[in-house]
Amino acid sequence: MIGADTIIQGVLLGGLYALFAAGLSLVFGIMRLVNLAHGDLIVLAAYLLLVVTTALGLGPFVALLVAAPAMFVIGWTLQRVVLNRVLGPDILPPLLVTFGLSVVLQNALLEGFTNDSRRLRAGPLETASVDLGVAMVGVMPLMTFASAVAVILALQWLFYRTELGRAFRATSDDPVTASLMGVKPASIFATATGIAMLVVTIAALFLGTRANFDPTIGPARLIYAFQAVIIGGLGSLWGTLAGGVIIGVAQTVGAAINPEWQILAGHIAFLAVLLIRPRGLFPRAVD
Amino acid sequence: MAQLETRGLTARYGDFQALFGIDLTLDEGETIAIIGANGAGKTTLLRSIAGVLRQDPGMVRFDGQDIGHLPADEIMARGIAMVPEGRKLFPSLSVEENLLIGAYGRKVGGAWTPDAIYDLFPILKERRNNPGTALSGGQQQMVAIGRALMSNPRVLLCDEISLGLAPVVIRDIYAALPRIRESGASVVVVEQDIGTALKVAGRVYCIMEGRVTLEGTPDTVSRDDIHRAYFGAAA
Amino acid sequence: MSDVTTYSVTTRTRASVVAGLIALALAVVAVVLPAFASRALIQDLFFILTMLSLAQYWNLLAGYGGLVSVGQQAFVGFGAYMLFGPVILWGLNPVPALLLSGVFALLLALPTAFFAFRLHGAYFAIGTWVVAEVVRLSVAMWKDVGGGTGTSLPREARSEMWGVPQIEAMFDVRTSAAQDILAYWIALAVAVATIGGIYAFLRTKRGLSLAALRDNAEAARSVGVDAARIKWTVFLIAAFGTGIVGGLIFLQNGRISPDSAFSVIDWTAFVIFIVVIGGIGTIEGPILGVLVFFFLQTFLADFGSWYLLTLGALGIAIMLFAPRGLWGLISEKTGLHLFPIQRRLVIGPGRDR
Repeated sequence: MIGADTIIQGVLLGGLYALFAAGLSLVFGIMRLVNLAHGDLIVLAAYLLLVVTTALGLGPFVALLVAAPAMFVIGWTLQRVVLNRVLGPDILPPLLVTFGLSVVLQNALLEGFTNDSRRLRAGPLETASVDLGVAMVGVMPLMTFASAVAVILALQWLFYRTELGRAFRATSDDPVTASLMGVKPASIFATATGIAMLVVTIAALFLGTRANFDPTIGPARLIYAFQAVIIGGLGSLWGTLAGGVIIGVAQTVGAAINPEWQILAGHIAFLAVLLIRPRGLFPRAVD
Repeated sequence: MAQLETRGLTARYGDFQALFGIDLTLDEGETIAIIGANGAGKTTLLRSIAGVLRQDPGMVRFDGQDIGHLPADEIMARGIAMVPEGRKLFPSLSVEENLLIGAYGRKVGGAWTPDAIYDLFPILKERRNNPGTALSGGQQQMVAIGRALMSNPRVLLCDEISLGLAPVVIRDIYAALPRIRESGASVVVVEQDIGTALKVAGRVYCIMEGRVTLEGTPDTVSRDDIHRAYFGAAA
Repeated sequence: MSDVTTYSVTTRTRASVVAGLIALALAVVAVVLPAFASRALIQDLFFILTMLSLAQYWNLLAGYGGLVSVGQQAFVGFGAYMLFGPVILWGLNPVPALLLSGVFALLLALPTAFFAFRLHGAYFAIGTWVVAEVVRLSVAMWKDVGGGTGTSLPREARSEMWGVPQIEAMFDVRTSAAQDILAYWIALAVAVATIGGIYAFLRTKRGLSLAALRDNAEAARSVGVDAARIKWTVFLIAAFGTGIVGGLIFLQNGRISPDSAFSVIDWTAFVIFIVVIGGIGTIEGPILGVLVFFFLQTFLADFGSWYLLTLGALGIAIMLFAPRGLWGLISEKTGLHLFPIQRRLVIGPGRDR
């Protein structure tokens, strides 16, 4: 039976997908780079949170304060040392390097943590729920969605209200002229990837608290993120949230009809949007 | 000692050599003009000074230090700003944001603030919230100049700022030059329009096929000299 | 006409002629090899030949066509299932069913290209991956071929394959060994046809337009190269070939499941590493790459995830420091081209040819 409950669950799930997607969208917007290891970096962040919670005995939300800066450094270094070298008009090198990175990350995590399923424990929050009138809704899914909105607001603010955001946009337009303004494109790119990794860590927090994870689930998260970005239209963060919601609702509705159809329904919703609106629902950037 | 000089500056794009040993000097507070036909190497020269093209360290010297090898952002931080050919405003940024980003890499106090730029080019104040690319060519050129001034540069490099503009607009833009000099900046203008160049500059260099073919002050070089230096041997 | 200077346009070089002769000799040896070789060697060669063919098709797509697909497992898996289905359900002989693998992969490529070509550059890559996932999830719901857990080919279907009884008699071997030999011969034929076919295609007008597009898309368009048509052509060729190879791999395997048939690691990641390590955008590259890959696999496969980690890191290092791969390094040093596509003007005294 598909009720309001199913739809609300789907919308909230969409918040998680928007969190997966925001970092991907940010990096693409600034340097036209699609990071095929994005999903695996989310999983890496989840393991990092796991290590911090178990080693320091912290709750996952406090662990975020430790893991996020660490992920920023990882992202910054990755961009500076590896990815900046392959940026350019040819899309082949960055794709193949990030694809290789995806394989490396998955197998490094398998080696370090085995393929056992893990989970971040959030205590009583995990089962807490509130009555929204039409449906009982879990507190964690609500927090996920709220975080997605907060992340998008924060990124909008960063992009349109700060000096760094101006430098992001200028570098995205024209890196050579930006360098005449004293902008260092290489470090702007590194900073952007670092910020994307902050978002990735937030995504990982909710990924790890709401369900089990293991080293192999990264590519599927990449696909959901990618679908949200394309449905929303390249360059539009609110569009990305809408895209995430469409995938989320399609999945919960699909699952309500037949559990086997959950993932497939999301993919089909994506293909349907691609068929009707090839440039997404809210296109902005020109690829 | 000259504030800025090039010594035997050469530049090449792959197999093609664009500059063959350019020597020029710019003294503090001076305005010089570089003239020459299309493809003579004027833009290459400016881009080499600004660090967009990186050369050997000693080929460009600023305040007695070698800067030929530095990237554009470090050169800008030292006080050399450029108005690039074709204006190159950032389409994603509004007029005001285009101005603000001009000071990104160099925040030193000085005469130039957004308000001072609006005072210099009042029309920009009305258009401050428009995207830079929504403006007319002349207005865009004003933004590009204002953007370069925002870093309060000690040297301002202007690449073909009259290109594609109507004479009346060119006059308006060059009318800003005295104010720019008052702020203490030395200026290098690259021009194809010889008349304009001779009017504004204290000295001119003429470049042909990557070499300096004439150097002098506007009152010592004759039209014939320039013609020869511009187009080659007696035409 | 002895002292008349003549001009001729040729792609032939001395190296390419020598390489052609060596290749011919190798092919002859390869055909008669089952008469002497051990069964393990035949199985290894089957693996090398099928991976080589997959790599050549992916290289055609990405290296020549600029279409970086990470969804080629869609065609491997679909091709394989379109062999298993008819063989299991209708009792079709597996050997002709291989053609169905190719044809159905081609049919799948039509909607895939329709969707994926709406995405540009890097997003095309993930788009193909989504399609592969859709096909995997759909096939997993097909209960007649085992659904999510998979199924096996009936024993008699494999032992009665065209040619198996004859091979048994000819080499005096057991059925299972005869199956290996048959699969090896088909893999050999497919690999030769693939390399020969791609080389021939690249030398046609359309193939040359492909190279022109890769080198300078705008200039190529200005001289009338139809980019969209060429992309479709390349994508469909690659799908057809990949489907046949997929069918062959699982015919030899005898067992299939959605996870193995649509494995992004086995049928796309490995293939990409082969091409990248060997040298992308050349025919020689994948040949060299598959040999390197086979040796790495032989010596490191026991290390499980360390093996994949090494392979991934090697791929990254090659892209960073030698983006044209091992063959790129070799041909840079020696100027060697075994499969020249470039046409050269030969000026010389007239000679009878």
